[in-house]
Amino acid sequence: MNLCIRKGHLFDPASGLDTVSNLYIRKGEIVAIGRKPAGFEIKKQIDVNGRYVFPGLVDLSARLREPGEHFKADIASETRAAASGGITTLICPPDTTPIIDTPAVVELIHQRSEQSGKTRVLCLGALTHGLKGERLAEMYSLKEAGCIGVSNAMQPIENTEVLRRAMEYAVTCGMTVFIQPEDPWLGSGTMHEGAYSTRMGIPPIPETAETVAIARDLLLIEETGVRAHFMHLSTARGVELIRDARKRGLPVTADVSIHQLHFTDKDVESYNSLCRVKPPFRHHSDKERLIDGIKKGVIGAICSDHQPLDHDAKMAPFSMTEPGVSSLDVMLPLVMKLVDDKLLDLETAVRAITHTPSEILGLPLGSLAVGTSADLCIYDPEQRWTVSENALTSAGKNTPTLGWQLKGKVTHTLLKGRIVHKSRI
Amino acid sequence: MTAQKPGIQLNKKGRLKHFLTTEELSRQILTEILDTAENFAGVGERAVKKVPLLRGKTIANLFFEPSTRTRTTFELAAKRLSADVLNINIEASATKKGESLLDTLQTLESMHCDMFVVRHANSGAAHFIASLVAPGIRVINAGDGRHAHPTQAMLDAFTIRRHKGGFNGLKVAIVGDIMHSRVARSEIHAFNTLGVKEVRVIAPKTLIPAYMRALGVKVFHDLKLGLKGVDAVIMLRLQRERMQGPLLPSADEFFKMYGLTEERLKVASPDVMVLHPGPINRGVEIDSEVADGPRSVILEQVSHGIAIRMAVMSLCMGSVE
Amino acid sequence: MTVLDNTEIEEILTKMAEDLRTFLQERNRENIAIVGIHTGGVWIAQRLHQLLGIDEALGELNIAFYRDDFSQIGMHPSVEPSNLPFDVDNRHVVLVDDILYTGRTVRAALNEIFDYGRPASVSLVVLIDRGEQELPFKADVAGTKMSLKAGEHVKLTGPDKLSLVTSIPAK
Repeated sequence: MNLCIRKGHLFDPASGLDTVSNLYIRKGEIVAIGRKPAGFEIKKQIDVNGRYVFPGLVDLSARLREPGEHFKADIASETRAAASGGITTLICPPDTTPIIDTPAVVELIHQRSEQSGKTRVLCLGALTHGLKGERLAEMYSLKEAGCIGVSNAMQPIENTEVLRRAMEYAVTCGMTVFIQPEDPWLGSGTMHEGAYSTRMGIPPIPETAETVAIARDLLLIEETGVRAHFMHLSTARGVELIRDARKRGLPVTADVSIHQLHFTDKDVESYNSLCRVKPPFRHHSDKERLIDGIKKGVIGAICSDHQPLDHDAKMAPFSMTEPGVSSLDVMLPLVMKLVDDKLLDLETAVRAITHTPSEILGLPLGSLAVGTSADLCIYDPEQRWTVSENALTSAGKNTPTLGWQLKGKVTHTLLKGRIVHKSRI
Repeated sequence: MTAQKPGIQLNKKGRLKHFLTTEELSRQILTEILDTAENFAGVGERAVKKVPLLRGKTIANLFFEPSTRTRTTFELAAKRLSADVLNINIEASATKKGESLLDTLQTLESMHCDMFVVRHANSGAAHFIASLVAPGIRVINAGDGRHAHPTQAMLDAFTIRRHKGGFNGLKVAIVGDIMHSRVARSEIHAFNTLGVKEVRVIAPKTLIPAYMRALGVKVFHDLKLGLKGVDAVIMLRLQRERMQGPLLPSADEFFKMYGLTEERLKVASPDVMVLHPGPINRGVEIDSEVADGPRSVILEQVSHGIAIRMAVMSLCMGSVE
Repeated sequence: MTVLDNTEIEEILTKMAEDLRTFLQERNRENIAIVGIHTGGVWIAQRLHQLLGIDEALGELNIAFYRDDFSQIGMHPSVEPSNLPFDVDNRHVVLVDDILYTGRTVRAALNEIFDYGRPASVSLVVLIDRGEQELPFKADVAGTKMSLKAGEHVKLTGPDKLSLVTSIPAK
């Protein structure tokens, strides 16, 4: 259907667009910006009235909980949440039940998400079989089934020999390895090691839980030549290690979870289980260095690291609760809050949730360039709303932003030219 | 699931409602606990070792972690206040899921318990329970993970005050497994609030958590340096499972470096007092000569523990809105 | 408003000591133990203790833990602990308070005394008898009777110069 997005503030760091203009869509593709192409007959138009039109967001990590954990969430609920948050592409890590280590699971997820039709779902395949860190997963078959990369998700590989071989095999298969860096022994605590953990008597996770793993992994990346992406950095020192490695020319990229840019270990005070995440909320100075890392391009992407949980998962003494934050609904407003707070400029912020993550995936997405898929996020930056369980589309209500007043809401989301979300106003 | 407010321990009038930690409580409130305990201290010496203060009230000892000693003193304290006592030991395995903990609480609430005395292996458990109970129910923390054991800290403060008359100008050293010790954390906050001049912690680096100084203590790894001029030494119990492994090579070596002996006490103040929350590992953290010697107040601590627990129970139960 | 000044109270106390002596002699009660109730009762007991020339130390009761209004008003600000420096068993106890009003304090004090032992007898001595008991107690020796208007309060001040003041609390 021929569609015209009228008078939108088209903002796209990838193509350098920053202008109020019309955008024309045909057969799911952006066909023109500004002047209507010859012979284009407008079947439908959306009047945007100066609101932002961003490329659809690309989220490098979001758990959908399907297959396996329907009591937490499912593909239908979470892809709906993604669409309502302006996310048109998301990456599903392999730690589903069963684990994404066979083509059948990939096919199931693809099938379900196509049924839902709300957002593009791409899978990371397992790096090792069953994520057990013992034997290699069938990476080639997983790639054939459509996996965009491989990862051991939140299960660190203890055996360095296995990790090295897995990286070599990933090189062979031409797969990017997605690494959540954590030393399994140093990372056995439940909150950041600092003055707060000491006072609260919570088993701590020192900074070295992350940095020791990054240092080890970087040396193996250098040796094997694998293309690697570090997920969810949390420490200042970790950012430095990635920066230095990139300077040396290593093919590594990194992302940070949006909540790491808003919360610190102080927020855990009074045992707020909604602030239990992995990696943990770190010190204030870490948060500042993470933001700086985005500015300097060391951290290319901001992701949601969405982990919806059921209500009971957080109803226990702090260390007995499950880690994770539900964040698809609040991701874009929280990114834009960094812009409002003058911590990031708009271009850097939008690039980190659109173009750079697509580049990391090697996909021609996250842009408003003519000829690309018409994945759009239309955003009203002035609309105010309060985060509440009812206001969240995701089945997971576990966000420490409950009660926050946020500014900005997605009014429309388009996936391949199709409206997949339209806000009620 | 929602955030617990730091002021959860006090009612609207600023009176003690739950006793979860010594942190963030004023000197006035801590002193009131000590003064009230002073009044209860004599009850145990009378023909009828009971006062009718909490007659008709039901107190449930919820022990998610076994501890006969602590439970017994809480039970005795409750009985001396004429309360009815329920002892409930809950196997850790039964509460792996949060919902069964909630179920337990709801069941007890429907049995009209007035107070929960909670012991749990996880830090923050008492806060968690206090944030969930019905408004009229009081919660006392009998030890949560590594976080707090406030009644133990107060009974040690009580014992020190009885001997030293007060806290001003005192130097107190806590020796041993600071890392895993809820007693140490609660003592540090209580002593600092009550006006102790200097709180020291003495242990190998493996048993002192990072950022310890943020709690307002001086850190020593050398026992002799740390004991110099102190007025009171609190020896912590070293758990058997910590004696060998990544934290310590052996109990023998720990005693060689940190065991308290008469000889080592010579650098302390001449009238130094020695405390231990019990039960003692003789020859691991403390020499028998010291434990049974004239400076030891270890047995007094036990009877003071009952008075402190009576005080805390009656203050919390008596803080009507 | 002061209703009894120190001189008047001292006069009453002298007479009370006489009355108490007579009361005890008539009943052949010897070797008595005097117990005052905190705070005013202790002051009165100290005077009687002196006037009767008793050697043995005075007992003091703090009935805070025996009150029947704990559920309504909670813990009272703590004062001195109870201290009975003698064996109560088989003793003739003289319980002293400043004012006898509802009788609830006496009830609490009797309970506490019996938790220390089994006295041979307990007699009640008060400075002021308001005559408004809600429980079946009467003073064996009373300094003076006094009836108050509704809402009026009476209080003994001390400890050095005792005087009795009344007040109507501002609404």
